Amino acid sequence: MTNVFDGFKSQKRMKVGLFIPCYVDQFYPQVGIATLQLLEKLGVKAHFPKQQTCCGQPMANSGCERDAIPVYHNFVDTFQDYDYVVGPAGSCVYHVRKHFNIIDQTPQVEHVRTNTRELFDFIINVLGISEIPGSFPHKVGLHLSCHGQRGLHQANESEMTPVRDGQLKRLLTSMKGLEFTELDRNDECCGFGGTFCVSEAGISARMGQDRVKDHVRNGTQVLTGGDMSCLMHLEGIIRRGKLPIKVMHAAEILNGAIL
Amino acid sequence: MSHSQRSDIFLLDAERTTWHDETLWFVRQKRDKAVYALPEFQDLRELASQIKNHTLSKLDFYLTQFEEAAKRNGVQVHWAADAAEHNTIVLGLIKKHGATRVVKSKSMLTEECHLNPHLIKHGVEVIDTDLGERIIQMREEAPSHVVLPAIHLKKEDVGDTFHIHLGTAKGNNDPQQLTEAARQHLREKFLAGEVAISGVNFAIAETGSVVVCTNEGNADLGVNLAKVHIACMGMEKLIPRLSDLSVFTRVLTRSATGQPVTTYTSHFTKPAPGKEMHIVIVDNGRTKQLGRPDFRASLKCIRCGACMNTCPVYRRSGGHSYDFTIPGPIGAILSPNIDMRKHASLPFASTLCGSCTDVCPVKIDIHTQLYKWRQVLAEEGEIPASKKWSMRLLSSVLSRPGVYGLGGKVARQGLRFLPHGLTHAKGYNPWAIARELPEPPKQSFREWYNQQQKNS
Repeated sequence: MTNVFDGFKSQKRMKVGLFIPCYVDQFYPQVGIATLQLLEKLGVKAHFPKQQTCCGQPMANSGCERDAIPVYHNFVDTFQDYDYVVGPAGSCVYHVRKHFNIIDQTPQVEHVRTNTRELFDFIINVLGISEIPGSFPHKVGLHLSCHGQRGLHQANESEMTPVRDGQLKRLLTSMKGLEFTELDRNDECCGFGGTFCVSEAGISARMGQDRVKDHVRNGTQVLTGGDMSCLMHLEGIIRRGKLPIKVMHAAEILNGAIL
Repeated sequence: MSHSQRSDIFLLDAERTTWHDETLWFVRQKRDKAVYALPEFQDLRELASQIKNHTLSKLDFYLTQFEEAAKRNGVQVHWAADAAEHNTIVLGLIKKHGATRVVKSKSMLTEECHLNPHLIKHGVEVIDTDLGERIIQMREEAPSHVVLPAIHLKKEDVGDTFHIHLGTAKGNNDPQQLTEAARQHLREKFLAGEVAISGVNFAIAETGSVVVCTNEGNADLGVNLAKVHIACMGMEKLIPRLSDLSVFTRVLTRSATGQPVTTYTSHFTKPAPGKEMHIVIVDNGRTKQLGRPDFRASLKCIRCGACMNTCPVYRRSGGHSYDFTIPGPIGAILSPNIDMRKHASLPFASTLCGSCTDVCPVKIDIHTQLYKWRQVLAEEGEIPASKKWSMRLLSSVLSRPGVYGLGGKVARQGLRFLPHGLTHAKGYNPWAIARELPEPPKQSFREWYNQQQKNS
């Protein structure tokens, strides 16, 4: 296949580790595949080191940060020799960057924390790519995951400004035929929240149902986002309701639509 | 009961939950409009945060300065280490004047200290004069919000309450008529009030004045009609100078209700001739919180309620689900300081979405503190044993790549071949009450990747 991004050949010398979060690995392999292929089309050959498992967030958000320490070390050991660690999940990336502060800050730990990047942040800010030519003629509802948006500052926040802008929105804007759903509430949390989704199951479900209703009301055909964990929760509600909305990670859209 | 159990009760009435969520979201949107219109709003937040940080770092100095200035103004200053001491002081002042009729304007501190039951027990009639507070006082309920204490009630609920307590016509739910009935009722109480109790929004160290912000003017009416004014304040209410106040008046109501300023911003500095003014300064756990470096910043709170209005959990669980005087995200970081065991579930009543932190006008890192309280609670053994052990097990799997790979495969195959009714049994899989599980794929990503490596 011809690579439209031949201009970015120099990127090939960059050593990129592919970070596929545990639940993506187990339940959404197609998202991992799309991430790998998309990066390749953009001129980056990423490598998937097999000893990787998880970022440790499930334990830490449950209050058991200390139990997560061996998992943090496994993550750092796995990725310390890469220039960049790239993952299709804002929440996990945010966890590595923000919460790996409780282990010894060796040069390796600091290197991994600084250079672990969310996929679209990596594409825009490291690769310098802001447009991806392609076509996706559907009405797309964009779910902004809180950790990507408020944690990694990948999108504007309604708490600060009425302007609805962000990295993923910009990348998807270049898709021909793609129309965005104007949501009533642009950036309300979906209610997944990690172990919150079972410890506060009632509120979690109700939050997800309300998000889905916003998409239904405003005509979303394809629901997408940068974080599969939020999408897993919303997809679970959509499938339970047998609603005509397809759920895709944005990496799948971009990888499939790229010219 | 945990927060999630109390939420489940609130959620049973789905329509009311929708109404509660939309009502508070409307308030959040009003806040947004007020904030967007002010280009310097983020600078004001930063300034407000710095002033509060500074004041907390020198609280002993400013408390002394405040006390001295207030005394020079002819105000009597009292110190209360805890709620019981506060209540004893207030009751003592009322008794000293032989008073039995007290009017009170809104004060979350007196709620925190459970002052009303204490006064009533000792034969004092105490009337809350804020309309929302009066409604819930009649219903013998706690406030469900710091700014909108009766926000959990619909006008029909208020109509029923006023029918019982004020004799309005049954079924009269007209807000204007109900307000008029409350107005007539409260007017009598105001005129009869011998002692007026108020809360304090800001206490100014250099002048010794206290500032009370209301929309109804009830604090002014109560204080100016009564012989004695008792202002009750938490010791964190201080700001250094009068010139600092404008920073806070500009962010307070914009954050709370989207108004540019409260209708009344009243300064009380000295007693009128022939009258008395008292200020009761209360600790009640605040020194302890000041001594917790990770949680100290929670004392910056100016009680605007913006974190409640924005919180997607609060909007759907209601203020009473927190079972603490201050509900919502800020309550969830203040309450474990008071009683860790009782309030252990509150820091978990959040998705850590961070919206609370982003609306907070004094930049309290609320969601980070929620995360940190979770760690403290687990260390102190205040999380369920099942959670503790499952997290240990999960950690031992996730720190061993081989075990993780095999475990994932077994779990996925299980999900693939077990019947739906078993994998989605609501009794032991809370996920499945309202959601389908993901469809387990034949191959994990790592299995696919290995295959690709072999083939190439």
